[in-house]
Amino acid sequence: MGVTALAMLASLAVLAVVGPVLWGPAADRPDPSAVLQGPTGGHPLGTDHLGRDLLARLLASTWSSLLPAVTATLLGAAAGVTLGALTAVVGGRTRRLLGAFINLLLAFPALLVAMFFAVLFGAGARGAVFALAVACAPGFARLTQTLAAGVAGTDFMAAARVLGLRRHRLLRRHVLPHVAEPLLLNTTVAVGSALVALSGLSFLGLGAQPPSYDWGLLLSQGLDRVYTEPLPAVAPGIAIVYAGVAFQLLGEVLAKAATRQHPPARQTGEPAASPAPTGRRPAGADLLLEVADLRVALPAGDRTIRPVRGVSLALRRGEMVGLVGESGSGKSLTALALADLLPDGARATWSAHRFLGADVGSLTRRERHRQLATGMAMIFQNPASAFNPALRIETQLTEAVRAHHGIPREQAVEQARVQLQRVALPGERRLLRSRPFQLSGGQRQRVAIAAASMMRPDLVIADEPTTALDVTVQRQIMDLLRRVRRDDATAILFISHDIALVADACDRVLVMYGGTIVESLPARALADGARHPYTRMLVASVRGLTADRESSPPGLGGAPPDPGGTAPGCPFLDRCPQRLDRCAAEIPVLSALDPHHEVACWRPLPPTASSGRPETEECDT
Amino acid sequence: MSGVRGPGGLPEQSRGARGVRGARGAGLALHDVTVRHHGPYGPVTAVDGVSLEIARGRTVGLVGESGSGKSTLARAIVGLDRPCAGRIAIDGREYPVRRAADRRRWGRRVQLVFQDPDTALDPRMTVRQSLAEAAGAFARLDRRAREQRVGELLELVGLDAGCAGRLPGQLSGGQRQRVAVARALAVDPAVLVADEVTSALDVSVRAALLGMLRELQRRMGFAMLFISHDLAAVRQVSDAVAVMYLGRIVETASNEALPGGARHPYTRTLLSAVPSLHTGRRPGGEALPLSGEAPDPASPPAGCRFHPRCPVGPSRRPGREVCAVQDPWDETARVACHFPYPAGDGPEHA
Repeated sequence: MGVTALAMLASLAVLAVVGPVLWGPAADRPDPSAVLQGPTGGHPLGTDHLGRDLLARLLASTWSSLLPAVTATLLGAAAGVTLGALTAVVGGRTRRLLGAFINLLLAFPALLVAMFFAVLFGAGARGAVFALAVACAPGFARLTQTLAAGVAGTDFMAAARVLGLRRHRLLRRHVLPHVAEPLLLNTTVAVGSALVALSGLSFLGLGAQPPSYDWGLLLSQGLDRVYTEPLPAVAPGIAIVYAGVAFQLLGEVLAKAATRQHPPARQTGEPAASPAPTGRRPAGADLLLEVADLRVALPAGDRTIRPVRGVSLALRRGEMVGLVGESGSGKSLTALALADLLPDGARATWSAHRFLGADVGSLTRRERHRQLATGMAMIFQNPASAFNPALRIETQLTEAVRAHHGIPREQAVEQARVQLQRVALPGERRLLRSRPFQLSGGQRQRVAIAAASMMRPDLVIADEPTTALDVTVQRQIMDLLRRVRRDDATAILFISHDIALVADACDRVLVMYGGTIVESLPARALADGARHPYTRMLVASVRGLTADRESSPPGLGGAPPDPGGTAPGCPFLDRCPQRLDRCAAEIPVLSALDPHHEVACWRPLPPTASSGRPETEECDT
Repeated sequence: MSGVRGPGGLPEQSRGARGVRGARGAGLALHDVTVRHHGPYGPVTAVDGVSLEIARGRTVGLVGESGSGKSTLARAIVGLDRPCAGRIAIDGREYPVRRAADRRRWGRRVQLVFQDPDTALDPRMTVRQSLAEAAGAFARLDRRAREQRVGELLELVGLDAGCAGRLPGQLSGGQRQRVAVARALAVDPAVLVADEVTSALDVSVRAALLGMLRELQRRMGFAMLFISHDLAAVRQVSDAVAVMYLGRIVETASNEALPGGARHPYTRTLLSAVPSLHTGRRPGGEALPLSGEAPDPASPPAGCRFHPRCPVGPSRRPGREVCAVQDPWDETARVACHFPYPAGDGPEHA
């Protein structure tokens, strides 16, 4: 399409430039002997009432047809964009006035406005251009207003306003660059419409006036005898359509190019696997979920990143396990891989993956989905986007049980009511009939928990379920999760970056870094018994409420590892205070220190002296 | 106090010597500030009669749940929202923020750092452009001076000069937040408002940013309003803590007095909800149940605004009906409660 559009535009440009030179004299040469002729060998399109060659006139008027269209669009766009962008930088009252003004302008059909102003400005090419500019300005103004409103609400605009930047600067530096792209596309498309509209004006006698001429006028003149000689009317029509299509195509091409700024990456093969930890855990009967050497590869730009690099974990029935790590450590992707919810293009591989006693790899897609739907539930970080805003709470709570267990509606609603009461929400009709946006964040998250326990799942994966919530609400949610686990013997995989929260709520904690699990330890050992340097740093960076303000908090220097990197060593290498030569060459495997404690480090830190003494608050400083 | 400024409006500070200036000056003073929004069902009083003073070189932490009006107050202080009543003064001077010109003068005295570093920086401007724009907002700088100032600012927030040419998208969250801080400090403000600056960051980065803010404050002497729902972070940087509930400040306390000395039941509830690394041990004492949902700010409850949810209020304790009728605020006790916990006492009391 790009080639076609460019070829069409190039042909138009060439014609516009060379047309008047090559065919201009022929187009203006009257021939009284050949007036109003039909198509002949000498005049392929015939002649007009003065005997001038119509093909020559058509080709020669490319310039005079295209230039006004482009000029009118540019003028209109400039006026409209200025008007629309102003709304983003002026004060409240002026903004409302401007908005009302733009709405008022939009209320009139563009072509009517153009005709009105063409009459007002006086018939002629110049008047038509101005009239058309006035007519297309409101459309641009509205588009710009809408786009600029999005920019005006951003924090960086607020920051610029706090800096006291002047309006023209706000406009030039912050607003216009962000709205330029769609406006450019719109302008291109508008040139096509302007061409048609201008031809229309000329056709009506409001545009180009004889002796000057353009395609619209030629069309108008040809139309007088369209029943006897169709070609003199059809040919200018074809020219108009051709140019219009060329500009529209260009718009399409530009739009495609704009959306293609992040092209889907080519798939590359899985890089050489680092030494995979062998299946150390025997498949126990009480294991609900077991996964070994889980890896996720994700295309990003023109390379493949590997955010999860060999995670092995096992969950027992009724166990609450925390998965902590910083953003980018791969914890959320691990969860998504377990729930078979990875984004498009991502690939998960594993050496073993058993859920509810079945080997997930050997199940068909359908069986796997059914098993996940009935056995696993997920609670997401943002309760606002986890629900469909258009559906009532009742529908969203009951659809899963109705679909998978075939429970009739009344019974499902009754179940939903019970579940809502359990999460301390009055299971009233009013709540069931409400839509997600009518609830507060805390309420929505509680509904999410109710929805998750509707199916009585064996496993709930909660991905940062309290991050968007206040501490008091967080507390309620945590209490609820604990209750779900106690009542239903549901295992919970609790993902969070908040190590204090995880220590508080879970039985066991898995610490994730750079796509691998670096330590697995009982939650109560976290405060004092961590052996991996990263866990130790994470613990040290938590500032308790009672921390001494004057003690300077230990920071973690450096940056997390590049998820696209292929270095063979320990992911924590760059930030580790006590690395060995071996750490750079070989990735440490998770190995047991005692039955409940595993660490992936070639040189685990010695147990702290404080681990033996009774816990005191001072420990978290 | 520190109004020593060089010619051309360039702060004396940026000319080299960075001593502690005006460490205990007038700073920020809010008196009875009220901000109303136009809600869908009539006006919503987001901030209701807040008075607060922050001296130069000091930090007040402002905590409260979402919807309590913290961010609205921040926007009012920097002039993005106009208060409908009350006075805001910086270093003893009031600036009416009515016209754009007022805002320009105002922006020179007070700056804001936003919560989300992803959106606080223009994604299409390099770090250098963003900082140069801020540095040149109130002072005419030639290219060389501007470049030098950008270098100074980057150094100030502990970023290496190589960051200058990068776009925000090429920086980590912590680095972006540092750039945002540098941009706010580029005009050498008297007051810095930090609105949830750490909540989008990882814990390990968080600690470093807080340390940096305190260090910068020590060097530059601005007054800081540190808004957060993270009580631990607030305690780490603040000299005093103000607790906000439904548009009002319900308690102000010195940092040293917390957590044990919290007197308002709401403050205690907040403190007790903070998770601790040590299971079963909460520094704020045993959990206080918070019943019900946060009320609609458009129609706050009569009397004490916290009374319907109060763990020691009229719904739990008979004889405390006064809470539902009378609005409590004791200027001397600095706590808005009819039955506050005694100062410096354990949570089991009351």
